[in-house]
Amino acid sequence: MHELTVSPWASLAYLVAGVCFILALRGLSSPASSQRGNRFGIIGMTIAVVTTLVTHVPLRSEAWPPGNPHDWMIDWTTVVEILAAIGVGAAIGLVTARRIAMTAMPQLVAAFHSLVGLAAVLVGVAAYLNPQAFGISDLVVPLIGQPFAVIHPVSRIELGLGVAIGAITFSGSVIAFLKLNGNMGGKPIMLPGRHVINLALLAAILGLIAYFVTDQSAWIFWTIVILSFVIGFLLIVPIGGADMPVVVSMLNSYSGWAAAAMGFTLHNSAMIITGALVGSSGAILSYIMCRAMNRSFISVIAGGFGTSDAGAGSGGSAVDRPWKRGSAEDAAFLMSQAEQVIIVPGYGMAVAQAQHVLREMGDKLKAEGVRVKYAIHPVAGRMPGHMNVLLAEANVPYDDVFELEDINSEFAQTDVAFVIGANDVTNPAAKTDKTSPIYGMPVLDVEKAKTVLFIKRSMGGVGYAGVDNELFYRDNTMMLLADAKKMVEDIVKALD
Amino acid sequence: MDFIAILSIFVLACFVGYFVVWAVTPALHTPLMAVTNAISSVIIVGALIAAAAAGIGAGSGVAKALGLLAVVLASINIFGGFAVTARMLAMYKKKERPVAPAASK
Repeated sequence: MHELTVSPWASLAYLVAGVCFILALRGLSSPASSQRGNRFGIIGMTIAVVTTLVTHVPLRSEAWPPGNPHDWMIDWTTVVEILAAIGVGAAIGLVTARRIAMTAMPQLVAAFHSLVGLAAVLVGVAAYLNPQAFGISDLVVPLIGQPFAVIHPVSRIELGLGVAIGAITFSGSVIAFLKLNGNMGGKPIMLPGRHVINLALLAAILGLIAYFVTDQSAWIFWTIVILSFVIGFLLIVPIGGADMPVVVSMLNSYSGWAAAAMGFTLHNSAMIITGALVGSSGAILSYIMCRAMNRSFISVIAGGFGTSDAGAGSGGSAVDRPWKRGSAEDAAFLMSQAEQVIIVPGYGMAVAQAQHVLREMGDKLKAEGVRVKYAIHPVAGRMPGHMNVLLAEANVPYDDVFELEDINSEFAQTDVAFVIGANDVTNPAAKTDKTSPIYGMPVLDVEKAKTVLFIKRSMGGVGYAGVDNELFYRDNTMMLLADAKKMVEDIVKALD
Repeated sequence: MDFIAILSIFVLACFVGYFVVWAVTPALHTPLMAVTNAISSVIIVGALIAAAAAGIGAGSGVAKALGLLAVVLASINIFGGFAVTARMLAMYKKKERPVAPAASK
């Protein structure tokens, strides 16, 4: 209908929205400023949405062909449809946010990423079908036949990238969700020749995007979309369940780049700024996770690492080595006599939903004058920072919770290290055994404590990396074999 | 805006993103993922444009329907994302001082 002219006021508003998003992330530098930061995020989004609604009021015309501006009037039906769509989404979103258990946060984040990916694809398809509305094409009116729109070459690249990244984000996030939610086994599923297939698909997608510049036929566009869905699925399927922190961060990053690509297509600074922020955020989190596992990003994405995270059954401990067993009463006694106890939580604590009784145990110990601290390894859990959220939910004050770098030196002066639900991150073999698959990974120095209490359901079974934990067989380690929640409840009773 | 202008904004925003995200404390990495997911739903801008657009040709009706669907999906993320982030952030509390001198924050 007309070239897309964005009024300067709208551009300014989008810039303000982008700045609000920067401030939202800045607020996360500490819990004290974080809630204010979240409010900035909400303000920024409101500005962006209202600006768009006000500058793109749906219009319709009775006259055909529509030429005279006076023929156009507000299309109230569409206005209602749009507001209803926002309302439906808001209702679903708010209800989900209120009811989701904190232990299900990884799956929720994966599910949300899939929605962003799909939305990006839908917007891309809409832009392809109606490019004039987005101002990315020139209208060609032939002498005979219908007028048609020719999409600008640069817009075709941006559009192609946007739908490709969006589609990968969608299908990859769906698989991540299924793995995290337990619908799909955590074991890596490996197709033969998968590296070749994936690289071939990637080459095909990039090649088609380049070809799309010369020929905007529908088959090219749709093939790009379909191949992208496929590669998203194929990329994530071979990655093991406990590597999901890296996968979810990576998909977080991709959802940002998809938004940025759409931002380039629409010349919208809010989307571009947001895309850059989210893209870098995901990339940095992926890097932190990989560094904490001492594995390269490529090796994680290549997949095939890791046993099933249930870890039960088939024997990993080949040799029958002596180990010490303890009871809840032993544990209660040892800890109540201690000056300092460091608790090391892991994914097992989340699975057993033991965070609340754990905090009760911590409170009882504090009442007896014991100093209680919590040590978090960066990749404990299935998502960056997951343990911190679970402890916060259980009302553990955040200044009792420490990251690996800050607390590792304290284990040597600690009387008791209490390990619940963590395994590979406490294995001293990572420091000493060059043949171990986890060699070189930064671990918590729990073995330096005077006594180590380790909660595990049974002695059989290995951690995610498929190795037996050297910690179990040390003289100062006492194994507490029971369900995590039950064991902690028994300890709480014994402390009375 | 021309391509170089938006490219400049993008490049600078990437740098800003790098420094801002490194400053996020590890304890808040999960809320970080939740809030970045919420703001990436600013793609709703594109969805609203598609849904509101009148158009010529057969494609525009489908484009509008897809736009409305994208509005629903993005709205779920926006409202859900900010709400779940707020819920998480409210859980983080400091140790309570045992004897409270009336020092207000």
